[in-house]
Amino acid sequence: MHEISLMRVILETVEQEMAKCNASALNRLTLRIGTLTAVEPDAMRFAFDAAIEKTPMEGATLDIMASALSGRCRDCGTEFPLVEFDSPCPICSGVDIKRLTGTELDIVSIDVD
Amino acid sequence: MHEINIEEKVLHKNDEIAVGTRAAFRKMGIFAINMVSSPGSGKTSIIEETVKRFGPKADGIAVIEGDQETELDKERLLKCGIPAHQITTGRACHLDAEMICSALEWVMEQRNLKLLIIENVGNMVCPAEYDLGEEMMVAVLSVAEGDDKPLKYPALFNAADVLIINKTDLVPQTNFDIERAKENALKINPGLKVFTTSCTTGEGIDEWCAFLAGLAIKGTEVKI
Repeated sequence: MHEISLMRVILETVEQEMAKCNASALNRLTLRIGTLTAVEPDAMRFAFDAAIEKTPMEGATLDIMASALSGRCRDCGTEFPLVEFDSPCPICSGVDIKRLTGTELDIVSIDVD
Repeated sequence: MHEINIEEKVLHKNDEIAVGTRAAFRKMGIFAINMVSSPGSGKTSIIEETVKRFGPKADGIAVIEGDQETELDKERLLKCGIPAHQITTGRACHLDAEMICSALEWVMEQRNLKLLIIENVGNMVCPAEYDLGEEMMVAVLSVAEGDDKPLKYPALFNAADVLIINKTDLVPQTNFDIERAKENALKINPGLKVFTTSCTTGEGIDEWCAFLAGLAIKGTEVKI
């Protein structure tokens, strides 16, 4: 259950960004979470709701953009979604695949007043 | 109402600290490994066996222990005759870069240190996200846990460089299939280097230690 400590770090960044532009309220926080991270979106939502209670961020919504696994075939260069962890290249059946997405854990943006 | 683009890694501060710690370790000639597994997979036993195998030359090895509570593991390792430092994380379920950075002073006090083993809090989920400044992440899986563990906890096996399948002496008592476990782990991470060990029979410990000696202690006095 490290989502609470992750959320604390996220909200520190959000507070700093809000202070920079003198924002008084947070409307929305957008995160990007890869499917191959050890982060559970529902636990993130729970942590978010608990953490913003009775703060200037109270009432804000959390948007989570799921980032699915994708890769690039090192043989032919095709980029494709990985349905399985070891999906081969759909074009040349190559199995030497460089993972491109799926491990992100990013703060994308905030919407403020 | 306006949108502010941030596009920043959530753990960028942790990662920055880890980069600094890694540079500090390298400068001191220290190879650091981060051992991660669920509780009870045998991480501490593997460390004990590793130290025994390195024998009198184990004075190039030190351990940082992470646990939520108690100094029990530190005491176990001190009995083996190697320096050990305990970090108790309280409610936190993982070590982070800042905790390791705070232990740098202790690390620097250890003389001729070549290999620093960081034993993370027993947890297969959270530690996978946190770079501690190590050179190599070692996942440990014991056979009693099931050979489908890599598929259930892919983040750890994806982040790890090495997998140790431990307690192989218990295979006859379980339905664990070592080959299937390897296959599952390699599906997640084809680059994984896999070892199979038993701290009871000693199986695989020599191979693991030779690997460590080749990497960590390359060009130094400590050899097995």
